Amino acid sequence: MKILIVGGGMGGTILANNLARRLTNELKTGKAKITMLSASEKHMYQPGLLYLAVGRITPDELYRDQASLLEPGINFHVDPVEEFMLDNNQVKTKSGKTFDYDIMVIATGSRMFPEGIPGMVEGAETFYTEETALKMFKTLKDFEGGKVVITVGVPHKCPMAPLEITFMLHDYFKDRGMLDKVQLHYTYPIGRVHALENVAKWAAPEMDKLGIKYDTFFNIKEVDAANKVLKSEEGVDINYDLLITIPTHKGMEVVEKNGLGQNGWIPTNKTKLNMEGRDNVFVVGDTTNIPISKAGSTAHFEADTLGENIAAIVKMGTPVREYDGKVFCFIEAGKDRATYAMFNYQNPPDPKAPTKAVHWFKMAYNKLYWISARGLL
Amino acid sequence: MAEKKIVDGRGSFCPGPLMELIAALKSSEIGDELEVLSTDKGSANDIPEWVNKVGHEYIATTESDGVWHIMIRKAK
Repeated sequence: MKILIVGGGMGGTILANNLARRLTNELKTGKAKITMLSASEKHMYQPGLLYLAVGRITPDELYRDQASLLEPGINFHVDPVEEFMLDNNQVKTKSGKTFDYDIMVIATGSRMFPEGIPGMVEGAETFYTEETALKMFKTLKDFEGGKVVITVGVPHKCPMAPLEITFMLHDYFKDRGMLDKVQLHYTYPIGRVHALENVAKWAAPEMDKLGIKYDTFFNIKEVDAANKVLKSEEGVDINYDLLITIPTHKGMEVVEKNGLGQNGWIPTNKTKLNMEGRDNVFVVGDTTNIPISKAGSTAHFEADTLGENIAAIVKMGTPVREYDGKVFCFIEAGKDRATYAMFNYQNPPDPKAPTKAVHWFKMAYNKLYWISARGLL
Repeated sequence: MAEKKIVDGRGSFCPGPLMELIAALKSSEIGDELEVLSTDKGSANDIPEWVNKVGHEYIATTESDGVWHIMIRKAK
């Protein structure tokens, strides 16, 4: 059975390794074959960008060679897919090759799309790529004080990032001894400071305590970069000296171009994780249209489910379990304290007060990630 | 021609039904009707409040078997 994984990010990599271990014998005997097609020979630890933006890590710490993360039995090609031919169970790649599959998993991820908001690219800093995170850090270093506005696009990757960058900026300016010269102003699209009600109940008093101002029901309409004014759909204008955005995201262009899903999000069954209308095509991570956090942990737990299910399909012709919507997110609450939120489709999270212990566990996880990507953690 | 779209936010704690609606509105046309499905009863208050605040048209809310159906129309 030919298993094709399109995308070498967190979801695709964990899944490929998970499957390779479950199908050791089948790979040896040729009963199964796993192929991964990726756009890059490098694998980036994307959550590390948050730390890069405040000068806590360097860019080289974000990367490993993708091939070094994969089990030996996996056929890895740096050759991104350009055309999906679902009716023929084939894809065509940038190099012009055609790959057949019996089962395909699409794990192409998402991309920031600040271009969707007029003035955003010119007016705001962000940290969702290495280039922008480095630029943001250099801007922060030169910043001498004023009003720092944090604003949040919809949809966005990493739902904790808006809070994390806000609290980390607070501590960054505190360490530089310039909190008296900086006013942090947080905005959020819905009627509380975070989508998760219990997280919002924890975060709003933290902001009050730290003197961070916030506006809710604030959806970005446009940025007047020349006059440094952020305008909302709700009709509110906010002046800023430094604007930092959690940018709006879209799925990958190849998904849109092939008509697999509007805005690059593929309609996906929320428990079986198959593409709607296709029994042999599965979707993992940000690429789905499931109404769930676009986060590495979502991709991780979906990949765990798919690993079990696809191995079971190879061995006995049927999947064995359903994805329950599990997500686990660390929440950095400054430079040296953190908490976490764990939830699924049925149970909301109940975050506790931040501690140093959770922060240090997160710092450890920043290294342990490479074990996680190998499908071992 | 105006369309009717379903925004299925059932079981979504994060980003949640309102955030799903905000995202869906971006790829909708003026006049489109959107029906949000939510298992969170808070949506029955949050969504009409935001829709009125931003200037879209709130149509109605119904509840059936623990699922709230909130109908709105994109107006701008």
